[in-house]
Amino acid sequence: MLEVKDLHVTVEDKAILNGLNLTINAGEVHAIMGPNGAGKSTLSAVIAGKDGYEVTQGTILFEGQDIFEMEIEERARAGLLLGFQYPIEIPGVKNIYLLKAALNAQRAARGEGEIPAPEFMKLVREKSAEMKMDPSFLQRAVNEGFSGGEKKRNEILQMLVLQPKLAMLDEIDSGLDIDAMKVVASGVNSLRSADRAILLVTHYQRLLNHIEPDRVHVLVDGRIVKSGDKELALELEARGYDWVLEESAA
Amino acid sequence: MSAPERFLERLTLRRTDDPSWVAARRQAGAARFEAMGFPTRRDEAWKYTDVRRIAEGDFALASDADFDAARFEAQRLDIDAYRLVLVDGVFSEALSELEGLPDGVQVEPLSRALSVNHEAVGGALGRLAGVDFSPFTALNTAFADEGVVVRLAPGAVVDKPIYVLLLSRANGQAVMSHPRVLIEAGARSEATVIEHYSGEAEAANFTNVVTELLLDRGAIVDHYKLQEAALTDLHVASIHVDQSRDSRFNSYNLNLGGALVRTDLVTDLNGEGAEAAYNGLFFVQGRQHVDNHTLVNHNSPRTFSNENYKGVLDDRAHGVFNGKVFVKKDAQQIEAYQNNANLLLSDRAEIDTKPELVIYADDVKCSHGATTGQLDEDAVYALRSRGIDEPMARALLTLAFVGEVMDKVRLNVIAERVERAVAGRLPERFNLADLVETAEAIQEA
Repeated sequence: MLEVKDLHVTVEDKAILNGLNLTINAGEVHAIMGPNGAGKSTLSAVIAGKDGYEVTQGTILFEGQDIFEMEIEERARAGLLLGFQYPIEIPGVKNIYLLKAALNAQRAARGEGEIPAPEFMKLVREKSAEMKMDPSFLQRAVNEGFSGGEKKRNEILQMLVLQPKLAMLDEIDSGLDIDAMKVVASGVNSLRSADRAILLVTHYQRLLNHIEPDRVHVLVDGRIVKSGDKELALELEARGYDWVLEESAA
Repeated sequence: MSAPERFLERLTLRRTDDPSWVAARRQAGAARFEAMGFPTRRDEAWKYTDVRRIAEGDFALASDADFDAARFEAQRLDIDAYRLVLVDGVFSEALSELEGLPDGVQVEPLSRALSVNHEAVGGALGRLAGVDFSPFTALNTAFADEGVVVRLAPGAVVDKPIYVLLLSRANGQAVMSHPRVLIEAGARSEATVIEHYSGEAEAANFTNVVTELLLDRGAIVDHYKLQEAALTDLHVASIHVDQSRDSRFNSYNLNLGGALVRTDLVTDLNGEGAEAAYNGLFFVQGRQHVDNHTLVNHNSPRTFSNENYKGVLDDRAHGVFNGKVFVKKDAQQIEAYQNNANLLLSDRAEIDTKPELVIYADDVKCSHGATTGQLDEDAVYALRSRGIDEPMARALLTLAFVGEVMDKVRLNVIAERVERAVAGRLPERFNLADLVETAEAIQEA
């Protein structure tokens, strides 16, 4: 589904990713872990098309398509969605406007008509109930005055409505208490299916107790230096990152 | 013949059965207008607004109030209200609905108020809007023979809005109208009054309206001015408010239409505890020109004002905001807040904004500010990252900007109408009308 090959990225002339390779197949959940400053967030930001990142080398293919040929909104419509670590507040834009506009844009890209209003209303109500969000949130401005946990739940709500093929979640667990974490994790788990994939970017293993990954990668200095299954995350939790750093230096 | 003479010539065509005080006032208005002439851009108050399109126009006076019934139904607000309709300044009995007014509430056309009991109107009419205020109030005073008189007895609470609809027709011959609105709110009375300007799409008339509101002790009046005139119409208005102790005046000045629009809004806070809120919005495109001049006079201690004006300007539209807050000497413990924010959707749109505080007291809390800018690019990105294309993202954010004023609007029917109008008039592919409808449907469900 996603193929990252030899990706080099600089931010303000500073090299952040230095030849990163990653393949994610449909049906898989991948976790990228690593110490602060390793470039974890850069990878998902580049895939989502955020400004300020310069790709100096390498390719990213999503379902065989070169994503650097696609506008930000085209990537999203094709099924690539990024859940932000710090979702911004958009005063005055109601959640309901965002959800409907986004869903209809995606449908239009697939050649489908707009979603009928009753169907849409049913859908967003169901999904907000799943995220334990009161329907009144739908009428509120996007993230405005939301707590940290509410913002994260709102990110997942957008995912549940838009059903991305590849959901990328950047530090989705930061700032969540255990109850909020369970709600968020259950939302993410409901996205799991044979034809979708999930990419988790996280600093802590804690999240992976709730969303079990198929593959765990350790990112150091802009490269994946070690990959393994979920046991690797537990080992990192127990032993820290130093032994991986030493191993990769050796 | 000079432009003022040409305008005043039409006066001779009017009926002449005025009560003597009205006739005298007309003459005073005409004389003052002739002496002042139309303002030019050399006048400080008209620095950014050129009225030559009015001065050089040839405007007749309408003599009937016929209006297409289907068009009327399509344009009126869908609201349960006491309704009074003027068509090109002429009262339409057929389109008005004034039955069932509660005791102590008078709503009638000015012509009727003058013919039935002109003395009852004489004391108040013109008290606030003198002929010296501007050439346009003088011109209005010379011509005004129709309009609306609203009088609320002490303690009267009007159960439904009072809805004044002023329609403009697209005739071969352009017309002018000089409506006069007088609202006298007795002590502790409460009312919502809507002035709604609309009409046929190709109308190119000149409307010159003067509104006076007198709020006695503790009166509460919500005043809406919803200006949706044709994009070829010329519109000049002044609104004058006198507030006694503990009264509250909420103004909603919403401008969407018109080729050339000038509104002056002046409030005198004359009694302790009096409070005024000015909410303003203008949304202009093409070569529309909208000028808002507002003034709050804090003449008494412990008075409050809060002003929030927002403008959205597209294409080559031009906006003017001139807001002045004046605090009189020894008027202590004042709170006055003023803000003007503008959003420019095009490089060629222009806004001239001047917020002004003039304070002659020391115990005051005041703030004022003006911002002009473009949309937040981080927000544009956040929306695009969800698959929303860029024009739509910008449209959503524009609607959001407008929404901050609309949130203050207490009449949903007006807030929704303005949101839809803005959504529907945003550039190609910006059409969000469907989204707004969905949100409304969900809210109601």
